[in-house]
Amino acid sequence: MRTAARLEKGAHLGRRGFLRVSATAAGGLLVSLYLDGSAFARAESQRPPAKAYPPDAFVHITPDGKILITVNRLEFGQGVQTALPMILADEMDADWSQVAAELAPAADVYKDPVFGIQMVGGSGSIAHSFQQYRELGAKTRAMLIAAAADRWHVSPDQLRTENSVVYGPGNRSARYAELAKDAARKPIPDNVRLKNPADFRLIGKPVRRLDSRAKCDGSQKFGLDLDLPGMKIALVAHPPVFGGKVKAFDAKEALALDGVREVFEIPLAKGQGVAVVADRFWTAKQARDRLKIDWDLSGIERPDSSELWRKFKELARTTGNVAVARGDQNMLAKIPRTNRIVVEYEFPYLAHTPMEPLNATVQFQSDRAEAWVPSQFQTMDQMAIAEVLGLKPEQVTFHTEFAGGGFGRRAVIDSHIPREAATIAKRLRGTPVKLIWTREDDVRGGYYRPMHAHRVEIGIGHNGMPMAWRHVIVGQSLVAGTPFAAMMIKNGVDATTVEGVEDTSYNIPNFHVSAHNPTVNVPVLWWRSVGNTHTAFVMETLVDELATRARMDPIAYRRKLLKPEAKKLSSVLDLLEDKIGWRKTLPEGHALGIASHECFDTAVACAVDVSIENQRPKIHRATIAVNCGLAVNPLTVESQFQAGIGFGVTQLMAKGAITFKDGLVEQRNFDGYTPPYIVDAPTSVDVHIVPSAEAPTGCGEPPVPVIAPAVVNALNKLTGKRYRSLPLVNL
Amino acid sequence: MLRYRTAGVLTFLCFCALIWCLASETFERAVSAIPTGKSRAEGLAAWEQVYSVLISPRCINCHTATNYPQQGADRHRHFANVIRGPEGKGVPGLNCVSCHQGVNAESTGVPGGPNWHLAPLSMRWQDRNDRLLSSADVCRAVTDRGKNENMDGGALLKHHEEAALVLWAWNPGRRPDGSMRTVPPISHAEFVDATRTWVDAGTPCPRGK
Amino acid sequence: MATFRLNVNGQRKEIKVDPSTPLLWVLREELKMTGTKYGCGISACGACTVHLDGVATRSCVVPVSLVGDRSIVTIEGIASDPVGRAVQEAWVEKDVVQCGYCQSGQIMTAVALLKATPKPTDTNIEESMGGNLCRCATYVRIREAIKNASQQL
Repeated sequence: MRTAARLEKGAHLGRRGFLRVSATAAGGLLVSLYLDGSAFARAESQRPPAKAYPPDAFVHITPDGKILITVNRLEFGQGVQTALPMILADEMDADWSQVAAELAPAADVYKDPVFGIQMVGGSGSIAHSFQQYRELGAKTRAMLIAAAADRWHVSPDQLRTENSVVYGPGNRSARYAELAKDAARKPIPDNVRLKNPADFRLIGKPVRRLDSRAKCDGSQKFGLDLDLPGMKIALVAHPPVFGGKVKAFDAKEALALDGVREVFEIPLAKGQGVAVVADRFWTAKQARDRLKIDWDLSGIERPDSSELWRKFKELARTTGNVAVARGDQNMLAKIPRTNRIVVEYEFPYLAHTPMEPLNATVQFQSDRAEAWVPSQFQTMDQMAIAEVLGLKPEQVTFHTEFAGGGFGRRAVIDSHIPREAATIAKRLRGTPVKLIWTREDDVRGGYYRPMHAHRVEIGIGHNGMPMAWRHVIVGQSLVAGTPFAAMMIKNGVDATTVEGVEDTSYNIPNFHVSAHNPTVNVPVLWWRSVGNTHTAFVMETLVDELATRARMDPIAYRRKLLKPEAKKLSSVLDLLEDKIGWRKTLPEGHALGIASHECFDTAVACAVDVSIENQRPKIHRATIAVNCGLAVNPLTVESQFQAGIGFGVTQLMAKGAITFKDGLVEQRNFDGYTPPYIVDAPTSVDVHIVPSAEAPTGCGEPPVPVIAPAVVNALNKLTGKRYRSLPLVNL
Repeated sequence: MLRYRTAGVLTFLCFCALIWCLASETFERAVSAIPTGKSRAEGLAAWEQVYSVLISPRCINCHTATNYPQQGADRHRHFANVIRGPEGKGVPGLNCVSCHQGVNAESTGVPGGPNWHLAPLSMRWQDRNDRLLSSADVCRAVTDRGKNENMDGGALLKHHEEAALVLWAWNPGRRPDGSMRTVPPISHAEFVDATRTWVDAGTPCPRGK
Repeated sequence: MATFRLNVNGQRKEIKVDPSTPLLWVLREELKMTGTKYGCGISACGACTVHLDGVATRSCVVPVSLVGDRSIVTIEGIASDPVGRAVQEAWVEKDVVQCGYCQSGQIMTAVALLKATPKPTDTNIEESMGGNLCRCATYVRIREAIKNASQQL
């Protein structure tokens, strides 16, 4: 998700927040953060002040010395459940071997300091909470020191900390666990001095994940694994065309099955469905299969891929709403035709298909509710559940469960999954209801990365550099008609449609970017790296084509074309070039492909060694250079890039497209929509991080956009063809 | 002089051709049961019926020339990168029997039968581009005792009559979407009858390609 | 409904369930063993992999009625096998997991590979692991962890 605002450099919690500390009955220390409501209102203009919820903890020191750190993010693979505690534990001088992490429930205190809601997206976890967690750790340490200083009647300056112990003059020492109760009574300091980065013990070091073992022995619970006494399973039959309604249904056969509890119609975010509630998943599935539903599909637009392509490509030939108009708009016409190219691109709908099927569990009592959701959007989801149940958000206790992947699919503005669950829970008052979307529901259920058409006209100068560039993009808006629209749509252009093009770091004079955001009856959503998924492909393949025309090395060409202020991109191109000595000894039938892109403030350069095997691209090796500012956990950064580019290969897969025929999704499951398996992903990936002390920037999404263009740039060297239509079906 | 020699060579060649033809017929008969008088024409017609079954998806999907099985009526490559393995049983971690059990799993749509595995490459009925081999080629492959596990006509008949995986083709179970898989174009009884006729005729194969 | 006696991780379990229920859901819902995961339901992803008499099996497509008296080993029990332990340790040492949802299946498949082929080649690894999906695409470290585990055996 696009960053809407940036955290000001040097912003301190003190201006916008304060710590409240309390002692637990069991003798531990609880440190909480309450955001200053008035500061919020000033910063976010007319946003209502944050409520103070019952005390939630960021740090809990137990009497036996365990340090439980609460993470204000969903953990869905990106490693934040380890990285944020590292940051806090480092400033706190905590014994890392005693640290455990837990995921915060929904509460004001856990909102993203920049986005103002509790969420994971925009690759913002570390970028937005780095300072926040440093300060939490430092303030906690300060209070522990104050407690020891009191106890020993010395000045705090005489004390030092290491590994959950405070040391004082004369060989005195006290463990944090012993001091916790007293520390809780100390005033929270307004300001603290943060560590000199040279003194970091954890930050910047490769640290293994805290959740690894549990995920290797089957003990880690995900949302889908939740089990509660008396819980029922719910599946919903959705209309075959989005927005369809239920005319009638016959549940006789379904209800005849042993263990089926109820079958009833429910409203959906769009249209209507039929819910089946049963004791077990398999029973619910069989019951749903036996439903006879008469759908009312009258008057609903029936999306059809060939029809949509015709319409999109026609639109792409006209100017849309203008995003950028820089320089001389007549320059293109002045350039001789022989020095002009016109290129069209096609990108299909993409499903996210995170490994863990979508689910949400809700239990409704009349005056309160409890929800367990593997959610990227806790604030929104909590509000949606409350709305359905006629409650206030604070009456909904919302637990954040571990998620088996998300890639954006669990951050939906209309919160349709929790809404479905709440709607069913409302009817089954008192009974916890676990709503499950089967894989078929997921593949066919919408909320896709939208399909896009691009049309680019480039006028090339005598030096081979682009002299004029006219770019039209056609694709559905992600936020039109939602509360996010005001923030993200300017001059009729959804910012996510043009990101990666309109803000390009390439120095392109006489640059014109416009977009059409047509309305289509297909729900759409951000897919890991959002607009960059298609814009980077276009930019990086066009730049490659220009470099080939100019007979220049692809890295040299990019260097020449980059704006001088594109420091991060420059640094990764340099580092990449340094690390790809292997390009000189590529075997016969192998080719090099290059791509680079900056998004979410992180710059990435990628080189791949590709050959063609069984009529598919085989990626033998990828070398990545990344500049993400300070790499808080280089082991996580490496893993995000090694694997993130594998995720990016989804766009190249032969069956990597969701298509429509007469209103119906043509794919059903992984047999028809097939993501990358091990053979499709790069065999080996070496990742190199530009050393940096700058503020950390995200690594969740930046890996994704570079791999597809890098691979097709390599393929061009092998086949002579340029690939402008994804997915790659025929080489 | 040359004329006589030429004539002699030609005669010799014709003689060789005659011997060759007789030998082929003998060879063909060698793989058959005791001939009961079905004519070659009847045998060939029966063979075409047998061939129509062998190239139907339920049979040919496992008689591939590649390192993978096929699935579906359109004979697309089996999903999830399932492969042949050294013995046609897949590879450790991804065996045929990792999913295919001893009988069809009606509730989940996975077909099954005893010892589910790929026919060996010697019994391929397609080429490496997944194109069906001709009737003549399949006939030759099926009757070549060096390739067919040394089965003579009688053994072939018994195989068609009784082998569990052959019988499976007429009871292939439901797909995951609930629809029934298609069966071969003739019934099992017709298939066995056609095989018997073909064997009785000495398992003749169409000539040529 | 019918009664089935299953041998799960060396223990006898008796359950009463619709015979058409896939073994996956019997494990997850009757026996509350949620380590084995539901990813697709059509054996395309491998998240549901268990061992039946030592053979890696996709439990989402095997009705419990077809299990018989074959011994079932799940991710919860694989540590009692030295190869299982070596694989889990290698996974932790290499920091393989991201979201982790597919990893039970990846580990069970890797164990089956290493038990049959203690020193697998890159090709062996790619073929045996070829049907296990990881949407996070942790494949690079999966390959490395398998090689490391094989060195311990």
